[in-house]
Amino acid sequence: MNIAVCIKQILDPELPPRDFQIDRRTKKAVAANAPLVISPFDENALEVALKLREKSGEGKVTAIAAGPSTAQDALRKALAMKADEAVHVSDPAFEQLDSDGIASTLAAAITQLGGFDLVLFGRQAGDWDFGQVGSLVAEKLELPCVTFVSRAEPSDGNLSLRREADNGFELIEATPPLVLTVTNDETNAPRLPSVRDTMMAFRKPIRTLSLADLGVDASALVAAAYVEVRDIFIPVQEGHCEMVSGENGEELAANLVRRLVDLKVL
Amino acid sequence: MPAILTIAAMTNGRLPAPALETLGAALSLSAKLNPSRPAAESVVSAIIGGPGAVAAAAQELARRGAGRVIAVEHESLADYQAELYLQAAEAAQAVVRADVILFAADSAGRDLAPRLAARLGGGLVTDCVALDVDADAVTVLMIKPVYGGKAMAVLSTPRRPQLATIRPRTMEAPPPLSEASPDGAGSSESEAAAAFAPEFVPFAPEAGRPQATRLIERIQEKVEGVRLDDARIVVSGGRGLGGPEGFQQVSSLASTLGAAVGASRAAVDAGWAPANLQVGLTGKMIGPDLYIAVGISGAMQHMAGVSSAKHIVAINTDPDAPIFALAELGVAADYRTVLPALCAKLKEVVGT
Repeated sequence: MNIAVCIKQILDPELPPRDFQIDRRTKKAVAANAPLVISPFDENALEVALKLREKSGEGKVTAIAAGPSTAQDALRKALAMKADEAVHVSDPAFEQLDSDGIASTLAAAITQLGGFDLVLFGRQAGDWDFGQVGSLVAEKLELPCVTFVSRAEPSDGNLSLRREADNGFELIEATPPLVLTVTNDETNAPRLPSVRDTMMAFRKPIRTLSLADLGVDASALVAAAYVEVRDIFIPVQEGHCEMVSGENGEELAANLVRRLVDLKVL
Repeated sequence: MPAILTIAAMTNGRLPAPALETLGAALSLSAKLNPSRPAAESVVSAIIGGPGAVAAAAQELARRGAGRVIAVEHESLADYQAELYLQAAEAAQAVVRADVILFAADSAGRDLAPRLAARLGGGLVTDCVALDVDADAVTVLMIKPVYGGKAMAVLSTPRRPQLATIRPRTMEAPPPLSEASPDGAGSSESEAAAAFAPEFVPFAPEAGRPQATRLIERIQEKVEGVRLDDARIVVSGGRGLGGPEGFQQVSSLASTLGAAVGASRAAVDAGWAPANLQVGLTGKMIGPDLYIAVGISGAMQHMAGVSSAKHIVAINTDPDAPIFALAELGVAADYRTVLPALCAKLKEVVGT
């Protein structure tokens, strides 16, 4: 089974609010010295892909990242996790592309690379939380799409999927080719690459494609705007936490209960 | 007059609660788009489901102020299946030709909205917490938290139709149009209710194409004790619990309080709690009267899930944990010393 996993490099979502800044002119977060990471759900998607390859005993996993030159670091990490191949779609126009522009680009890359049974995405990126690119790519490629998948097992040429839904989950049988978006659960926590694999990843090639290579007209994508950012701002947090006092567990517990009774929540 | 369409999928045979909140969002947007007209006039609600189930849901949408209710009802829609529900949503829009389409950001809405946007050539902003109207009086401004809630963004789409999904528990469900009289339903109201029937939209699923995805089984989550979604009190545990044993203590505090148990994403990823207990931007959005966070650092991603909680209590060993900036009451101590004492004290006070 040949699997493509589309990954996005983002500003580390764990960056504490005090270090987080935005530029109201570019309407983006300031990367400055903040660490860049693979968007967390994309790592879950990589893990699902790698497990599927291991279970089916054949096929390969190709990580695809669209973004600036730093996206190569994300691809190195994917290679260190034991993805077989890495493809970097790079173009100066990316700065101006929205979800739909990126989806068109990825759809073109997936078509040109060819031969994928499965195309995986994280359910949403940990920066803008749009949760659209996987679904939009599915529509562009006219493939069926199952969202919020936490587990995938090969079964006689088909796949058994577990899809997380409100108040429970669904078991779905699906016939490739198809698109999946992946959500986290305890079975798909991303593996930690070994030091050796991390070193080896630097020797593996990363294939680079430009929009011209893909036959995509960047200016047309920019013109066909899907969503526009009008403004971005940091909301004012009003912090006035009352710390409960006490010398030991019993005192703290007693004082907390007293305050909760005062607040009439007990 | 621009029409606003809300689309809801029946969930387990019922109208999901976020569908009414989305109707509330549509009515207040309508008042801003068409200030001189009654808000209900331009609001159409569509409900999608299997035979027999949708009539009561349609009636509820009408009773809550939808100006027009349409139903897409078919035996193939008895269970949620993305491809068929998408076709049903397309059928609804083909009848209404709305300028604005709203979904709840629940599992059906998050699944359907991007693909419907693609099929209609529209533009979508997901997980909005507020909607407004631009100076041109036609462009919808969609406000959503980004960067895990560290920032807010105002977005719009130049495409038509304009689509948005509405984050659950951020908008008010509209009240019923006429309140029942104190001794029960008034007679004129029950007559009106009995006479109400939605407009049924003809629906025939595309024949001939074999379904590439097939629903085998839907499994309702089994939760011991109180359900997270409607709990008045929730006790959640996070990475700071240090292991699954810590969750036992969280559970016993919850049962003492008659509360539901929740978890942060870190605790779910560690395998200490099942995924259906995850609270946060990508888990459950809850609004309890009291939220007790134990060993949770307070990542914005998590706090976004409890932004409508009335009171937040944080118990964490690290006095600098960001959660203390967001909580109302804080206990900077090891939960291992506090929780057993807290359970004992609560048993005295609550008397269980």
